[in-house]
Amino acid sequence: MTPTVLSIRNLTKHYGSGGTRFDALKGITLDIQEGESIAIVGKSGSGKSTLMHILALLDAPSGGELSVDGTDAATLRGKRLNLLRNRTFGFVFQQFFLTPNATVLENVMLPLKIARIGSRQRKRRALAALEQLDLADKARNRAVNLSGGQKQRVVIARALVNDPRIIFADEPTGNLDSATGATVEDILFSLNKERGITLVIVTHDDDLAARCDRRIYLRDGLMVDAVDVHAPAMHVTSTAVVGA
Amino acid sequence: MRALDILKTAIGNSFRSRLRTTLTVIAIFIGAFTLTITNGLGTGINQYIDTQVAAIGAPDVMTVTKPVVAADASTGPAKYDPEAASEVGSGRPGGASLEMTDADIDTIAAIDGITSVDKSVSVRPDYIEWKSEGKYVLGLGQFGAGITIDLAAGKQFTADTDALQVIIPTTYVETMGFSSNSAAVGQQVTIGITDALKQQTTVEATVVGVQNPSLLGSSATVNPALKDALYAAQSVGLPASSTTQYGSLIAHFDAKDSKAQVDAIKKHLVDAGYAGTTVADQIGTFQTVIDGIILVLNAFAIIALLAAGFGIINTLLMSVQERTREIGLMKAMGMSSGRIFGLFSTEAVFIGFLGSAIGSGVAILVGSVISRVLSNGLLKDLAGLRILSFDATSIATVFLLVMGIAFVASVLPASRAARQSPIDSLRYE
Repeated sequence: MTPTVLSIRNLTKHYGSGGTRFDALKGITLDIQEGESIAIVGKSGSGKSTLMHILALLDAPSGGELSVDGTDAATLRGKRLNLLRNRTFGFVFQQFFLTPNATVLENVMLPLKIARIGSRQRKRRALAALEQLDLADKARNRAVNLSGGQKQRVVIARALVNDPRIIFADEPTGNLDSATGATVEDILFSLNKERGITLVIVTHDDDLAARCDRRIYLRDGLMVDAVDVHAPAMHVTSTAVVGA
Repeated sequence: MRALDILKTAIGNSFRSRLRTTLTVIAIFIGAFTLTITNGLGTGINQYIDTQVAAIGAPDVMTVTKPVVAADASTGPAKYDPEAASEVGSGRPGGASLEMTDADIDTIAAIDGITSVDKSVSVRPDYIEWKSEGKYVLGLGQFGAGITIDLAAGKQFTADTDALQVIIPTTYVETMGFSSNSAAVGQQVTIGITDALKQQTTVEATVVGVQNPSLLGSSATVNPALKDALYAAQSVGLPASSTTQYGSLIAHFDAKDSKAQVDAIKKHLVDAGYAGTTVADQIGTFQTVIDGIILVLNAFAIIALLAAGFGIINTLLMSVQERTREIGLMKAMGMSSGRIFGLFSTEAVFIGFLGSAIGSGVAILVGSVISRVLSNGLLKDLAGLRILSFDATSIATVFLLVMGIAFVASVLPASRAARQSPIDSLRYE
């Protein structure tokens, strides 16, 4: 059985309190296995982004349990939390979040810089990541001068550069035309297949979701459906249940 | 992030918004410039005073007087004693003092730490003349072995000599008929002096040096041998008692004595009924006044710097606001709050460094030019005065102060950045 990397039990999240209280997640239970690709699908306001943020340890849940590699996330603080974020996770955002006036290379090197890796090795690894995404020739260009597809590829290179185990992608193709979007999807899925990187994609695009091993449908903070597309024998999906 | 990376990134970030950084740097520049100039003024004037002090008196002597011991007010005025020493008006300001005799000299010389005691006498010559070029009124400054005179030409007095030597101020040179400062050196001059019997006699002396004009007026200085010769000439016909009474005495101590040792000597003197004043005591008051003025000027410069500090706060707050998403991203990628704080505070300190570097640099440049122009113009008569001098310590202090203020200013914006939760920052539109 493939090890479970992320596991949540009866997870809730609410914002505000009293009359302005808003429940974003009303109890989600989910296990994510190493190496699988999973799509979290839902309309805006369904809580799918909130779920991803909590899975990526960017946000703290209001209730329930979250464990990473069997470690309770609530016990992760300070240095250990930062180390985990830096080493384990890669992020691909719809809005790219590139530093516009910095070069492509500098943008890609950022996670390595945070990881306190020396400048020579930093450069070598960032160039290798850009090479992989056919962007080596753009390394010296400023991020602001790139097209949308190029930007998203830079973002993927940045997510990839520190050899993460899990890549979180928030609407990775949302800002791209369908042809460019398809290229970006291909890149993400090839990373999943070839390097075994776990892929957690948040999207409202059914076509993108259909390419994932598993789909989780959210509505109003509740899991309403779970579909195992390929139903591969190695993935155990029975743990995905409809939340209470 | 490594410390070096933080530094590089912070410097890079500060140049990202050039106009804003430039304006903040200008604000700091004004403060740092003013502070450097006022500090330079203090250094320049104090350096000048130090050279003047050396000319006023040796560091290893103190003037000893015998103050009147105040009578106990409740017992009424003290009974007149014809045998008691008479009061003299001279001596320390703020208190009359008694005349001293040879017995006092022995008492003082016996005090621990005092190596020798000289009589302090007043010599009032009438004129000085060189080769019948005309007689000019001669005022004498303080005597004393071991003083260092700020010379324009020639040499200091020869130590322990019987030769009669005089150092004249530059203002006397042309008046007396010498062609130049150096031409006066080595010349024989005649000093006229009137004795108690109203007979004028003359003493021949050699000019060994020419003294730069000093803050305390232009007066000539004579060596101990010449002083004794003049005193002897002046005292002809005086009753013996008046030549053996002194308003003050000059006590010598070891020049290597520490301040504590000098204080101990003073205490011994007080215990014996005397009062000792060193040159440092006399000049100290003077320097305290200068330091006070400089302190006030510095306070103005620091007010300007504090205003600039608020400029830094404003700049950084805008910077934090602008880079909200970037901060969120860095935190999502595992950058610690401490390092985010470091990133922004380093940026502030760098802006402070830029401001102080440019401010001090320009101040030194402008100050040196002004100082040169003034010393050739308005302050020409005060030779040796560089009104603005810059020393490494005061410049370093300006740098540290400005960077310190910048750091303090960065605390609010940087901690705001450090506290941001990654997800709120990433959601920020």
